[in-house]
Amino acid sequence: MDGHQKENAGVAFVPDRRYIEVNTLQVRFEDVTMTYGDKKVLEQIDFTFPAHSLVSVLGPSGCGKSTTLMLISGLMFPTEGRIFFGDREVTKLDAVKRKVGMVFQNYALYPHLSVLDNIMFPLKMAKVPKNKRRERALELANLVQIEDHIDKKPKQLSGGQQQRVAIARALAKEPSILLMDEPLSNLDARLRLEMREEIRRIQQETNITTVFVTHDQEEALSLSDQVMVLEDGAIQQMSTPRDLYERPDNLFVASFLGKPAINTLAFDPNGRIRRMMNIPQPYAGQIETVGIRPECIIATDHTQDALFRGEVTHIERIGRGVSAKVRLDGAEMLVTGLPAAVEEGQTINLTADDGDLLYFDQFGRSVRWSESGSSVGSAGA
Amino acid sequence: MKQVLETPAGLPPAKRASWLLADAGMADVLKKGLIYTALSIGAITMLIPFYWMVVTSLKTPAEAVAMPPVWMPEVPQFVNYGTALEAAPFGRYFLNSVLVTVVSTIGELFTTILAAFAFAKMKFYGRSLLFTVLIATMMVPGELLIIPNFVTLSNFGLINTYAALIIPYLASVFSVFILHQNFVSVPDELYYAAKVDGCSDFRFLWSVMVPLSKSAIVAITILKVIGSWNSFMWPLIVTNDRMLRTLPVGLQAFTTEAGTKYELLMAASTLVVLPMIILYLFLQKNIIMGISRSGLKG
Repeated sequence: MDGHQKENAGVAFVPDRRYIEVNTLQVRFEDVTMTYGDKKVLEQIDFTFPAHSLVSVLGPSGCGKSTTLMLISGLMFPTEGRIFFGDREVTKLDAVKRKVGMVFQNYALYPHLSVLDNIMFPLKMAKVPKNKRRERALELANLVQIEDHIDKKPKQLSGGQQQRVAIARALAKEPSILLMDEPLSNLDARLRLEMREEIRRIQQETNITTVFVTHDQEEALSLSDQVMVLEDGAIQQMSTPRDLYERPDNLFVASFLGKPAINTLAFDPNGRIRRMMNIPQPYAGQIETVGIRPECIIATDHTQDALFRGEVTHIERIGRGVSAKVRLDGAEMLVTGLPAAVEEGQTINLTADDGDLLYFDQFGRSVRWSESGSSVGSAGA
Repeated sequence: MKQVLETPAGLPPAKRASWLLADAGMADVLKKGLIYTALSIGAITMLIPFYWMVVTSLKTPAEAVAMPPVWMPEVPQFVNYGTALEAAPFGRYFLNSVLVTVVSTIGELFTTILAAFAFAKMKFYGRSLLFTVLIATMMVPGELLIIPNFVTLSNFGLINTYAALIIPYLASVFSVFILHQNFVSVPDELYYAAKVDGCSDFRFLWSVMVPLSKSAIVAITILKVIGSWNSFMWPLIVTNDRMLRTLPVGLQAFTTEAGTKYELLMAASTLVVLPMIILYLFLQKNIIMGISRSGLKG
């Protein structure tokens, strides 16, 4: 049916579950460690991806995110620890038996088979009768909107179309979990945006637990119900995209997310920030670093409101907005969204809402408190 | 040369290039001429034996041994073909040849596909060492293998059987090597995708790898069929029963103590090589593609 696009337009979205009849499952890792030779790729990883959700695994290259996906798929086995799908332990089952669907960065379609045969391939392996195979493959071709190309060979399709076929193939056998390994990285910018929305739509229509691996924060933040940030084989934070951005658990997450990157300043226990933000004592002693995102900083005319005061050393005008580098004593700060009147060489006063300041201790861990009555506090209750 | 260097520098690069080409036209023609001459000489050298075979098969006995050689018989003796076919049980020889060729080709394909897959995609201890050793055996000349193979087969009591004609040819390192190169170029993601799709190693090999390497498989099949069909030395050594002979061995019928009947021998030979020539003509594109894709020249 071509109703898909239209119902997205305004009407409240009702997930259509006819495509996935089996139960989609949660994924749970228990103390999973993975070593290659003497290199620890993952160390004591513990997490639960809730059923029906889309979870992104985000991190720089080499952080262990692809390994995590390989472990879920059963193409690799953990050195230590256990893996569960729902209540069932699958640690020792190989990929053939785990029945997950997987989408690869380079699509990995069978080049000698037509689109329809590609989608039917997993069903053939599962010995589904021929007419049922065809019926289900056509249904999926419809879902991913590739129904006009079912007789073509993969080579005759564009990258985006190939990825649609790969998604249909992954969904064909009604997997309990759908895995996607950087599925958008081989597409050009425009297609990437389109496919991102498509993946979200398909996930919502099928309501299948989806794990999406990416190094692109924008993808992760825009697509996911939850994002798990990995670095150095350890989980840095797992939370909703909004929390990840606004309430990072540590300095790594704070600086990994956001373009341009967050400004970090050394915290002076006797300084202006301490006084103006009323930071209560036990916390003020712990804080080592203050983080503030460039877009949260506001220019102010009143010197008494200013958290920072500094000279504009460089400006860039992009359309109406101005982004500027401001030199403070002993530090430099990037500020976006300044009024257009700002000139180089000018000294300006800057401030920010108290909820927009992030504090970190000497180990880079976030320092938060709730009793201060500030907006940060109430959000953290 | 000086002139060439002083070409109008103001012209855009494309135009300058075509200007150079126009000047280089003569050299180009000369170069092409040389290449075509060399290739023609090569082609004629290859074709003369075939021409001689066919022409001799149409000569009278006197013309066949005449000196200086007769390049064209006065009256083509088509009757030679009938006489040749009656001289020996060629029907039986033909069936033997077909049997040996078909069985050893199927057998070799089977072992080759399995071995190439194991070396290309499966991970096991000592894989690269084993593969190196295997490749090294390609340097051992085939003639050297005749005696050990003969001894082995005679210890098994297989001399003078079909098995003796077939068993030594059920595996080929050369084919394994060619196919291995093809299999290696199939991306690992396809293997992973197939695994996740519920496909076993064995199934993956036959439903994905083999169809993807079709041209290499066709190439090794053709080479094998030609080699097996034309094989002379080995069948001659391991069989002495006339009923087990293959076509090339059967051609001996025309060599008697009284001398060789060349015109009949050549008539029979023409018939023997005909199926292979037809096969090659139809499939030469496949052979060339299969071999060149493996990165192996020659």
